[in-house]
Amino acid sequence: MGKWDDKMNLTCFEPLKLERSWTLETYQRIGGYEAFRRLLTEKPPREEVVNQVKASGLRGRGGAAFPVGTKWSFMPHKSPVQKYVVCNSDESEPGTCHDRDILRYNPHSLIEGMAIGGYCMNATVGYNYIRGEFLGEPVPRFEAAVKEAYEAGLLGKNILGSGIDFDLYTFVGAGAYICGEETALLDSLEGKTGKPRFKPPFPAAFGLYGAPTTINNTQSYASVPTILRKGAQWFADLGPKNSGGTVIFSVSGHVAKPGNFEVPLGIPFADLLELAGGIWQGRKIKAVIPGGSSVPVVPGDIMMKTNMDYDSLKAAGSSIGSAAVIVMDETTCMVRALQRLARFYTSESCGQCTPCREGTGWMDRTLKRILAGSADRADLGLLLDVANRIEGHTICGLGDAAAWPVQSFLKHYRHEFEYMIDHGGKSIVTATREAA
Amino acid sequence: MAAQGGKSALLSEQTRHEIDHWIARFPDGRQRSAVISALRAVQEQNRGYLTTELMDAVAEYLQLPPIQVYEVASFYSMFETHPCGRHHVSVCTNISCMLRGGMELESYVEKKLGIRTGQSTADGRIFLKREEECLAACTGAPMMMVDHEYHEHLTNEKVDQILDALK
Repeated sequence: MGKWDDKMNLTCFEPLKLERSWTLETYQRIGGYEAFRRLLTEKPPREEVVNQVKASGLRGRGGAAFPVGTKWSFMPHKSPVQKYVVCNSDESEPGTCHDRDILRYNPHSLIEGMAIGGYCMNATVGYNYIRGEFLGEPVPRFEAAVKEAYEAGLLGKNILGSGIDFDLYTFVGAGAYICGEETALLDSLEGKTGKPRFKPPFPAAFGLYGAPTTINNTQSYASVPTILRKGAQWFADLGPKNSGGTVIFSVSGHVAKPGNFEVPLGIPFADLLELAGGIWQGRKIKAVIPGGSSVPVVPGDIMMKTNMDYDSLKAAGSSIGSAAVIVMDETTCMVRALQRLARFYTSESCGQCTPCREGTGWMDRTLKRILAGSADRADLGLLLDVANRIEGHTICGLGDAAAWPVQSFLKHYRHEFEYMIDHGGKSIVTATREAA
Repeated sequence: MAAQGGKSALLSEQTRHEIDHWIARFPDGRQRSAVISALRAVQEQNRGYLTTELMDAVAEYLQLPPIQVYEVASFYSMFETHPCGRHHVSVCTNISCMLRGGMELESYVEKKLGIRTGQSTADGRIFLKREEECLAACTGAPMMMVDHEYHEHLTNEKVDQILDALK
C-alpha cells in the first residue's frame, strides 16, 4: 500500500476503477446525476448552490485558477436574455493531457457539471468546445454520453418534469492553441478565426453571440457533481488552505511511469514523482516545469522541497498552471528545450498583437542562432529584452506565456546558454558527458 | 439551407447532411458557427485538402462572404489548402514528446518515407504534416496522429507497422 492509495481518484476519476467507466450505468453506480436530480426536484435557490461551489474552494483547472463559484456568481441569472455555459475542452497546453481522459473515461461527470452550471446560471444551452484533434476517440465518447443522457431524460426540455431546460451540444475545433483562451474560444465557436477579445467586457456580460456566457475548463465542471454529492467541506478539506480539493496532474517527460494522477492538492512533489515511478533510467532530476509549458521552470532541488498547491508553487517562483508536470533529467540541454518551447509560441501566436507576433519570432530565431553556434553573449540580453517587452503588453496571456519560459530558463540556467555561445554551439550537457 | 446555387452543387449529399447536422446545433441565423465543421466535412470529401471552389461552395451553402471561409481555412492547422497526400501523419515533437525521442522519431519517419515534413509521398499516400504541436497525449510520449487516430508509446518498429498498413 502506498500512502496516497486511498486518496487517489476521488473526484473526476472516481469511476475509473469500474468496467466501462464512461457509460451512464457505471456513472450512476457511483452516485452520478444524484446532485443534478436533487436540484431538479428540490429546486434550491441558485445562490445556495453557487455558495457551495464557492465554499469548496474549487478554482479553475485550466490554468488561471479563478474561483469557479465566484465566476458563476457574475452571471446575470435574472436577465431574460439567452445565457450560455461553455466548456473549454480545447486542451493544448504542452504537457497537459488529463481533460482527454475525462472525456474518454468519465464524460458524464462533465455533462452533469455543465447541467448543474446551467441550473445555477439559468442558462438553458451549453456547448462543449473540444479540440479538433480529439475527433478519433474523445469526441465520440462524449457524444455517446450526451446521447445517453438525452435518452435518459437528463438533458433537453422540461428535464424529468421539472420545468427546467438544458440542451448540450458538442463543438469540434480545428487546431489552434490560442482557442484555449476563453474569448478566442468564443470567436471560434462563432465560426471565426480564434483571436482573443479585449476584456472588459467579460464573457459574463458579453460572451457567445454577445450574450452572457460562462466558460470553465473540463475538469472544473467535472469536479462539481462530486463536490455537491460529497460536500463542499469534504472537498475543501482534501487540500491545504486556498487549495481545496483534488487535481489531476499529468506527469510527463523523464519519469519511469508517466501518467495522469488525481490526488489532493498539496501533495509533495517528491511523492508525486514517486507515483510516476521516479526519474527514469536511474538518473538525477534536473528541472521541472510544474504547470504546463507556459509557467516558469523550477530547478529540481527546489521542486523536491515543494508541495503541489497554489501557494507553495508560487513561493517556488512558478505556478500550478494546468497541472502538467514536465520532468527533465540531468541529460537535458536547457537551450534545446527552451528553443522548442519558443518555436511553439511562434507558431501558435494568433498575430493580432505586435509584441507577441514579432517577439516570439525574435526569441525563436535568437535561440536557433545560439544552437547553431553563431550567437554572441549580447544575444542573451536581446533575448531577455524581447521577453520583457512582450510580457504584459498583449491582449491575452499567451504573450506572458511566451515570455515566462525565456525569463525563467535564463534565470536558472544562464550558464548553459553562455557555455553554448562560447563553445560554438556545443551543449554543456554533451561536454559533461564527454568529460565523464 | 436555402442556398442551392451553382457552387454548392460541388458538395456531396453526405457533406450537406453533415453540415445541416451542425447548423442545427446553433441558434437561427448563426450558421456561421458551422463553418469549421463544414470545412472539415468538405476536406474529408475531397480526400484531405480544400480547394478554392470547395471553400466557395461552403460559403454559398452557409450564405457567408467567401473571405469568412478562407480566413478560417487558413487559420486552423487541421485544414490544408494545397494538394497533399490522403493520410495525414503528424509526429508530436513538443516538449514532453521531445524529452522522450519525438524529434528522433520524426527524423525516422522522414527517412522512411523519403520526404521532409510538410511534403507528401509521390504516390499521394501519405502527407507528413509540419512538426506537430502538443496533441495532449503527453503521458504516452512519443506519439503521432494518423488521420484522427492517436498512436502512443511509439518505437521505430511500431511506426513501421502503422505506416506500412496505410493504403
